[in-house]
Amino acid sequence: MKVGVVTFPGSNCDYDCHRAVQDGVEGAEAVYLWHKEHDLQGVDAVLLPGGFSYGDYLRCGAIAAHSPIMREVKAFADAGGPVAGICNGFQILCEAGLLPGALIRNRTLKFISRPAFLCVEQAEAPFTSAYAVGDVLTIPVAHGEGCYSADDATLDELEATGRVVFRYCDADGNVTAEANRNGSARGIAGIRNAAGNVLGLMPHPERAMDALLGSADGAGFFRSLAGHLAPT
Amino acid sequence: MPAEARPGDPTVTPALVADHGLSPDEYDQILGILGRVPTYTELGVFSAMWSEHCGYKNSRPLLRKLPTKAPWVLQGPGENAGVIDVGGGLAVAFKIESHNHPSAVEPYQGAATGVGGILRDVFTMGARPIACLNSLRFGEIDGAEGDRVRYLFAGVVKGIGDYGNCVGIPTVAGEVYFDGAYEGNPLVNAMAIGLMKREELIKGVAEGVGNPIMAVGSKTGRDGIHGATFASAELSAESEAKRPMVQVGDPFTEKLLLEASLELIRSGHIVGIQDMGAAGLVSSSTEMAARGGTGVDIEITRVPVREMGMTPYEILLSETQERMLVVAKNGHEDNVIGILARWDLDAETIGVVTDTGRYVVRENGIVVVDIPGEPLVDACPTYTRQGVEAPEIAELRRWDASTLEPRAEERDPTWTLRTLLDAPTIASKRWVYEQYDSTVRTSTVVGPGSDAAVIRLRGTNQAIAATVDCNGRYVYLNPYRGGQIAVAEAARNLACSGALPRAVTDNLNFGNPLKPEVYHQLSESLRGIGEACEAFRTPVTGGNVSLYNENPRGAIYPTPTIGMVGVVEDLAHVTTAAFKAPGDDLVLLGANTGELGGSEYLKIVHGLVAGDAPAVSLDGELALQTALLEAIRAGHVRSAHDCAEGGLAVALAESAIGAGPDGLGIDVDLADRLPANALLFGEAQGRVVVSCDPAKTAEVLRIAGAHGVPSACIGRVGERSGRVRIATRGGMVDAPVGELAAIYFDAIPRRMEGTAADVETSLESEVQ
Repeated sequence: MKVGVVTFPGSNCDYDCHRAVQDGVEGAEAVYLWHKEHDLQGVDAVLLPGGFSYGDYLRCGAIAAHSPIMREVKAFADAGGPVAGICNGFQILCEAGLLPGALIRNRTLKFISRPAFLCVEQAEAPFTSAYAVGDVLTIPVAHGEGCYSADDATLDELEATGRVVFRYCDADGNVTAEANRNGSARGIAGIRNAAGNVLGLMPHPERAMDALLGSADGAGFFRSLAGHLAPT
Repeated sequence: MPAEARPGDPTVTPALVADHGLSPDEYDQILGILGRVPTYTELGVFSAMWSEHCGYKNSRPLLRKLPTKAPWVLQGPGENAGVIDVGGGLAVAFKIESHNHPSAVEPYQGAATGVGGILRDVFTMGARPIACLNSLRFGEIDGAEGDRVRYLFAGVVKGIGDYGNCVGIPTVAGEVYFDGAYEGNPLVNAMAIGLMKREELIKGVAEGVGNPIMAVGSKTGRDGIHGATFASAELSAESEAKRPMVQVGDPFTEKLLLEASLELIRSGHIVGIQDMGAAGLVSSSTEMAARGGTGVDIEITRVPVREMGMTPYEILLSETQERMLVVAKNGHEDNVIGILARWDLDAETIGVVTDTGRYVVRENGIVVVDIPGEPLVDACPTYTRQGVEAPEIAELRRWDASTLEPRAEERDPTWTLRTLLDAPTIASKRWVYEQYDSTVRTSTVVGPGSDAAVIRLRGTNQAIAATVDCNGRYVYLNPYRGGQIAVAEAARNLACSGALPRAVTDNLNFGNPLKPEVYHQLSESLRGIGEACEAFRTPVTGGNVSLYNENPRGAIYPTPTIGMVGVVEDLAHVTTAAFKAPGDDLVLLGANTGELGGSEYLKIVHGLVAGDAPAVSLDGELALQTALLEAIRAGHVRSAHDCAEGGLAVALAESAIGAGPDGLGIDVDLADRLPANALLFGEAQGRVVVSCDPAKTAEVLRIAGAHGVPSACIGRVGERSGRVRIATRGGMVDAPVGELAAIYFDAIPRRMEGTAADVETSLESEVQ
């Protein structure tokens, strides 16, 4: 499996994603994709990493959504290729129109950096098949603008069509207001598109690859992808 | 080549000289060096280079006495950052720097640019930054100036967070104290650590006659002109008017500059690189030339600028952020420009390295500055002054603890413990560190909230540990002891984390050194620091001096912050402060004493700052740390936490609270024949609380004994969400751990959240 990690100016989790693929999945290869280029180098999946692309100027992800590489990423996604955006990558996917809604300032108006509990609502290829519905994962969040927002019709549709993939919850898996620190609509931490091949999430699975650092619960994300892409 | 006065430049008069912070004697020396009257531009150059900030006028003779060498020190003081060998072909660069004055008038930008500057100091050595730490001091959050304190505190924390988070460097540890002594003059010390392969080390040297000098990164604007001089005078009511001297940071550009600089360094196209930090182009170019024993010739009109009509004076002294000065190899200019262009940054050749030893600046070919480089950098006058202790300090030290009248509430020591856990200096700093990304770069093994941070070194089984420490009140009461304690505590925190202490970077925050009582604090605390660094074999590899930290009410507490880095030789040795399992034994290493002087207890419970700083034995400390490390390495230790502010009771409570969901109870029985307040809350040095499997207790006690360290099993870890019980001969602490945790975690949020300062600061970055 060959996974492309896009580096935008200001991306700062590209290295972590690269390492997570390279170290977390046996036999996987990760390559960096440069924002100014149009070549996806024949990758099997694309990761849009976290960070502050273009310094968050204008709006988070707004400028990156219009960079040259994103034209190719959109075409790749439209053709069914697996694309995941983590944190700033989720913001970029929303700005690019690949996912509905937007990420706005945290309800607390402060940056939130802490381990979060996530409840898995969909355990399907390509990104979450290694989990079971109802699993509670511990995965770090680190964002200033992670409050998921969309109109009620969109939220209803996301829920009705099984497109909410992760929600913030407490240690026992209860989706509570207390657990939803950034104030996301309906506690949503991650969603996917209608076809299921594009996923956006605010928490950082690439930071939860090793119990030494507090949690290895993110490894399932990369294992799922590897399973999906494995030649059958 | 006489420099010419530019049309329109002010005439150099005694008043103008004084405005530039230069004394008449210093001006005479300038006349001697030049053999003529300086031009206005030259006056600006001398003013910056001979400021306290750049020239270390009052501290250099004292700094020379610090130990700086060890076999593992690859780069000592005098470069952008110190560098130590950590084994396996890897080296670590680290340094601390203050941004106190800017943060006092503009907390958000002042703190943000402090982080930016220290990151550049580290990556200009060729190291990739892997961690940030910070040491902060503010006035009383509950005091009469509380609104201002909250504004400064909230702004500084947000400034640090927004900058480090954006660049993508985890902020992993720090300390925050609140005390009236810092009212109006907060301290913001930022430390950065970088990692490199040994052979990637590069220095800020202008070598090779004929090599081009290039300005890289942001275009130069009028911001921050004379920041170094501003930082070298006392703050006053007029300081607010100097807000324009505070630079404005752009972490996005910093991130690009970081990547471009590391690419540049590894490309082989350059011979030297340096941050344009304090005193901007002047200090970077003169220091690089001085290190290379060369001269420089700069055409000022080639420097990329943001606005029209900037004078040579302004361009030379601007402190616009996110700029680098690079000495390229002759003929490689286009390669340098190419690398910068890839990151959408500018690079422009602005001058050349010469063999004249002179510092020459031209404007359209006309010489406006021509100064012999060596005296400009090295002849900065230094002063060895006579320090005299203020008599009232000696008087404070004579305070007798037996005269203390206990408060009625103290009959229940649980009340006292609750009160101390609610004190902002002791309380959890979670409100602070949740605003810092501490997990980016996926190497943070131990983040904020333990004794020291631990960062793994990928590809090895090793880690480094880092901490910042200083109790300014101890230094105030007894500068010599206080200096020793700062180093001892830092080393103890590293040992508690499983690391062997290796080296120090120090940030000397003091008042006006022209006052004999302040000079006394400076010289005596440095004597203590030097002896302690010698004892722990942790040489000083660099640092920063910040003097004139005064406000209209007087000097700050002398605060020589110690940043220390250590090496964990095996990841299995990483140890944290939190208790791990019910039933584990609790062992106290070190001895309890009746000391109460300088304690947080005296200040919070009795409103008293008095007594002597706690006694410290460097030999005893070293034995303690050696024994602790031996026990950790043998696998006997489940947790280790040192006793600091708030003493033994607070240390025990912190480890119980920190034990994860709902905390763990403890059952402790202290047999010492000491007054309960001193036993529970006194701040005797050289003590560590360790928890271990009961099967290992005898072995831990044996190791301690073998090193001559007093030790005792004082109790055991209780149930999850159990009670914290500490019995003494004079009363018992007894409370549910959950209740103590709520006090500990809520102390700062309840004072901050929803206040005007909090809301205003939270919105700040929206309107940038």
